[in-house]
Amino acid sequence: MTQYMISVMATEGEPQPSGAEMQRSFRDVETFNEKLRKNGHWVFAGGMHEPSTATVVDGTGTDVVTTDGPFSESKEYIGGFWVIEATDLDAALRLAAEGSKACGGKVEVRPFHDEADIEDMVREADARA
Amino acid sequence: MSRTTPAADRGRASRPRPAGAPEVETVFREEFGRVVATLVKRFGDIDLAEEMAQEAFVEAMQRWPRDGVPPNPGAWLTTTARNRGIDRLRRESHRDAKQQAAYHLYGEEESVPSAPVTSVTDERLRLLFTCCHPALAADAQVALTLRLLGGLTVPEVADAFLVPERTMAQRITRAKRKIKAANIPFRVPRDADLPDRLRGVLGTIFLVFNEGYLPQSGEHAIRTDLCHEAIRLGRVLRGLMPDEPEVTGLLALMVLTEARRPARVGGDGVLVPLDEQDRTLWDRALIDEGHDLVRWCLRRNRPGPYQLMAAVNAVHTDADSVSDTDWGQVLALYDQMYAATPTPVVALNRAVVVAELEGAEAGLAIVDGLVLDGYHPFHATRADLLRRLGRANEARAAYDRAIELASNPAQIAFLTLRRDALDPPAG
Repeated sequence: MTQYMISVMATEGEPQPSGAEMQRSFRDVETFNEKLRKNGHWVFAGGMHEPSTATVVDGTGTDVVTTDGPFSESKEYIGGFWVIEATDLDAALRLAAEGSKACGGKVEVRPFHDEADIEDMVREADARA
Repeated sequence: MSRTTPAADRGRASRPRPAGAPEVETVFREEFGRVVATLVKRFGDIDLAEEMAQEAFVEAMQRWPRDGVPPNPGAWLTTTARNRGIDRLRRESHRDAKQQAAYHLYGEEESVPSAPVTSVTDERLRLLFTCCHPALAADAQVALTLRLLGGLTVPEVADAFLVPERTMAQRITRAKRKIKAANIPFRVPRDADLPDRLRGVLGTIFLVFNEGYLPQSGEHAIRTDLCHEAIRLGRVLRGLMPDEPEVTGLLALMVLTEARRPARVGGDGVLVPLDEQDRTLWDRALIDEGHDLVRWCLRRNRPGPYQLMAAVNAVHTDADSVSDTDWGQVLALYDQMYAATPTPVVALNRAVVVAELEGAEAGLAIVDGLVLDGYHPFHATRADLLRRLGRANEARAAYDRAIELASNPAQIAFLTLRRDALDPPAG
């Protein structure tokens, strides 16, 4: 089993859906979510406010620096996402296609690390040093 | 290293015989994909499989010339590579959990140390579908297929696509990393996805062939090695999926195209068009094989793009000259192709056939209605039709544009020759 993030990609300035379209999309997404839960794929999901509502926090220095976001000024942004669990990429891609249809947007599928990957990364970093 | 094979030992496969380097090389090309695929299945890790396969071949290089080729070289290589892999995993206790799991899953059969290599065909097919997964970039698919199934080394793959070795190594590493991280499965796709996914596999093999037949970069007019590798992969795939008409169609298309290669470029390095080729140079054995494959497809009666293109090539290779060619049949095939895939490129090829049947004027009328400005065959075709109609000035402009867009040296030489033979500009 691998966990994947399915991000819904939105583009700034693209035409907004009508109220009816939005309602249909919410309903389709809920049906899809229900299916994810029923089949054991569900981990988490959510939709987010637009990037202009974001705040960037830098806690790496001595003082915490808080600035008006978003972090990167890009025309493309993540409008919402699912975190799912699937046997392999083929299974994840099939779910992503359904999710894309339900929410009416393009999606990006990206795998999460697992513990073994983290061990590998640490070992590779050591080997590079 | 000795190249000789004692005649007395020939054909007695049960007895080891000394091997020369070329023989090991041949076995290497034939067996590498099998060994890698079997090990991927066993260890669940492409890197490990590849490394162990490489090591087994190095060992073969050292041992076979001395001790002789074992009766079943493929099984010997697989067993050697597998044992080395198991040793490696035992030594490296830190190997990640996924591999450990795969090892436990598949490691059970170990009680039969030299078990015959069964169902490996399946495993090569799985590997092919993994390498040609649509989640990988097209150039990465080609590179992985040539490396893992074709057994080409990274420098050879780099050389084939004229990119620096470092770039190719990175491309392959990145693709393998994605396979592992994203958990791209090592499996033949389920039936519902098979047509789409098979198209990807066929497309990758055809890309290798085309890069060999008509290199778009570099100084070579034809890269025979890539054509042969693509045909070899095509034959392997046909062995693995004997009932898929498009698999057979692709093989037929490649074989019939390859058959004409000896006549395709003249001694002066200039491309020879179909109507001027010395047909006695065509490879009869390949033509016969291709015709058999096309007949097989016709009996199946499930046409697809590769089969139709193969059928067009079968008509051409069936004729002793251009005037003998059954152009009506070719047109019928293009009509069928256009009905299925109405693209401007198919329309362009169809127009060439119309010109043969109804004259250059009729062909040009179709060509002039197409929007294909960035495609050099469009301008080359237009130039030829205009030339045949005696419209030298327009033909010259079209040749200029075609030459500007073309990148294959033999093609450029041919187009230049034709342009320079036009009547001088009026006035």
